[in-house]
Amino acid sequence: MPVNEAPTASAATAATAATAATAFEPTILAFCCHWCTYSGADLAGLNRMSYPANVRVLRVPCSGRVNPQFVLTALNKGCDGVLVCGCHPGDCHYVSGNYFARRRLMAFKRLLEFTGLEPERFQVRWISGSEAGKFRDTVIEVCDQIRALGPYRSGVSDDVSLNG
Amino acid sequence: MSRIGVFICHCGSNIGATVDVPKVVEAARTLPHVVYADDNKYTCSDPGQQSIRDAIEEHDLDRIVIASCSPRMHELTFRKMLHQTRINPYLLEIANIREQCSWVHKDIEAGTAKAIDLVRMAAAKIDRDTPLYTTTIPVNKRALVIGGGIAGMQAALDIADAGYPVTLVEKEPSLGGKMVMLDKTFPTMDCSACICTPKMAEVGTHPRIEVRTCAEVEKVAGYVGNFEVTIREAPKHVDYELCTGCGLCESKCPTKITSEFDQGLGKRKAIYKPFAQAVPSKPTIDAAHCRKINEGKCGVCEKLCPTGAIRFDDEEKRSTETYGAIIVAIGYQLIDWADLYGEYGGRVASPNVITGLQFERLVNASGPTEGHIQRPSDGTEPKSVVIVKCVGSRDPHKGKAYCSRACCMYGAKHAHQYLDKVPDGRCYVFYMDVRTPGKGYDEFYMNTQRDGAVYLRGRVSKIYEQGGKLVCLGEDTLAGATVQVEADLVVLETAMVPADDADRLGSMLGVTRDKDLWLSEAHPKLRPVETNSGGVYLAGTCQGPKDIPDTVAQASAAAMKVCILFSKDELESNAMIAGSDVGLCNGCGACVAICPYQAVTLEEVTRRENSVMVTRTVSNVNPGLCQGCGACTVACKPGAMDLKGFSDEQIMREVEALCL
Repeated sequence: MPVNEAPTASAATAATAATAATAFEPTILAFCCHWCTYSGADLAGLNRMSYPANVRVLRVPCSGRVNPQFVLTALNKGCDGVLVCGCHPGDCHYVSGNYFARRRLMAFKRLLEFTGLEPERFQVRWISGSEAGKFRDTVIEVCDQIRALGPYRSGVSDDVSLNG
Repeated sequence: MSRIGVFICHCGSNIGATVDVPKVVEAARTLPHVVYADDNKYTCSDPGQQSIRDAIEEHDLDRIVIASCSPRMHELTFRKMLHQTRINPYLLEIANIREQCSWVHKDIEAGTAKAIDLVRMAAAKIDRDTPLYTTTIPVNKRALVIGGGIAGMQAALDIADAGYPVTLVEKEPSLGGKMVMLDKTFPTMDCSACICTPKMAEVGTHPRIEVRTCAEVEKVAGYVGNFEVTIREAPKHVDYELCTGCGLCESKCPTKITSEFDQGLGKRKAIYKPFAQAVPSKPTIDAAHCRKINEGKCGVCEKLCPTGAIRFDDEEKRSTETYGAIIVAIGYQLIDWADLYGEYGGRVASPNVITGLQFERLVNASGPTEGHIQRPSDGTEPKSVVIVKCVGSRDPHKGKAYCSRACCMYGAKHAHQYLDKVPDGRCYVFYMDVRTPGKGYDEFYMNTQRDGAVYLRGRVSKIYEQGGKLVCLGEDTLAGATVQVEADLVVLETAMVPADDADRLGSMLGVTRDKDLWLSEAHPKLRPVETNSGGVYLAGTCQGPKDIPDTVAQASAAAMKVCILFSKDELESNAMIAGSDVGLCNGCGACVAICPYQAVTLEEVTRRENSVMVTRTVSNVNPGLCQGCGACTVACKPGAMDLKGFSDEQIMREVEALCL
């Protein structure tokens, strides 16, 4: 996976468009485990809760299925933030998947922060199938945080062009 | 090149009101490999499904995306629909534009943009979908029941009566569990032994039930329909084939030990049956206390035994057998209150401070006092009894936060029994709340009050001895005063806690435990006896505190689930499981270590690589065990392991599609 890949054309256009317009709306990708957070998100819909449309949920069987490479790809290709959500530790449908996710993703998060990523852009949260309100609150909170940070430019800074 | 069809549902106005469906259809038509896109008022309805089947024929589609409600709602419906077409049922992706889009966003523009994104992600994912196939797993129609209390016996009887063989494993020398220790059962005051011992006898003589006592489950491998279970039987030192249960050995054994069955209030011998009606009705030698085994002297039982059944050199036995389903019915134990409640005397408490279960033995006609209520310290009849409820229950600081559910009722029962046997006695019950939900339960409690039991609302803060009496300091919160009651006997109605084995068995069977170590059911309301491990079911108090009627009901429910499983000859396996690419696997074993189901094993394969035959160690996934969590795929360093239906490439495509 080329980490220093230049921003794709469309992401760059989106970023320019966002700076041009006064209101920046971030794109946030949320990996949600099927058994807890995805059901919680469904329940939020069932209860007609309202939250910002910036979040796109990508269903995975378990938070332990989330490969850090998926997160890197999302950030590199133009997502402004990535959220990984799973069952509460101890409640994993697959016994221990979220323990592995927690350990792996926390180490990965520190690495990302070390490379300069703002901590808010990559977050791991535990939301159960009954916690529709928590899902809504999390989405609102993370959206607000990332909206305040502005668009994410991956890898290279504006004044360096790898393509000459 | 794939030919994708996209079907967008209005769901009446559920989606249509906040998502501009025609615009989504238009956008879908521009996506790569999408050859057909259309909308429908109700896609899940019969006409809706028919229109999809028609479109598949007409436009030669080979995979479809349905943008509708959550896949948790109708993924199975649409898979079933695909069974009637030539498309593999797994070549289907659902874009959730209802629960996670139209219902949560009010702005049509933002909702439509998001719906388009979700459809694009689904289309990108399905482009990389491959046909998946289920395999069939044979079902071994034999059940294992762990625990021989009332739950285990009821479950075993129901399954055996349905015609399937059952093995019942009990760790004690006799069946019966806690229920057979009880004197009477609320609210009808049936004699517990009179309703429990016939069940024990029925289990013991049932042609399809094999009872193994002094036995424990040591190891469980395999999966639903095919569990390989290793059972260890401790040595009984008596040959049950020869023993006739005459009881001569027990009557002449010179060693007397505190009886576990009588809760420490009575004595038993070193060769013993725990109680008269034990099943099997044959004695066991307690090796830890037998003089012959420990000191080499005595051997009276061996000399006396008319059939020569005594075996001092008996050894433990292990056997491994295959079962199709497992019912866990290991019950509960009482909380060890002495460590937690120093104010009641703790480890040095008066012998006259007893638990509810000890009271059951005291009041039982076949108990150590033959049913006469006597103080353990001096054998006198107590003229004043204090019953303390919620000892360890509803007390998150010292004991457990939960309510043990049965104590209010058996507390009332103890008060009733005491007042019945000692008409001139006085009985005080300290309570926090009286909880009596159940048929005839509240009537029973009201009757106990009419019998003369004095209910004091408050907790007891201290119990100490003074002049041969036990002084109980407490509070009557209704009167707003502290109270001091002098008692001859104090009965603590202690909390139910999980059996010692719950944690070990739970991890062995892949059944999760809650924060208090009770075994967790698959769903608290809709799947109360199933667990998250296929083929493993729960019965009775191992799942949480409950009384006898609830336990029996749950046991029969678990038995029913086993019978449903056994009604099939074969099970369909999960198609969305992990698979390893032999060419990429380097045999590191990271997947073996991370798999929570022991589904991945390392094996040697010989294959042709670069025109040479090579033998390498690679990982292999058992399709019966794999549950499709995908933990192994992330652990795999060479990228050999992938999850069908959620492959690395599919997820990557989805991520990229979102970022476009």
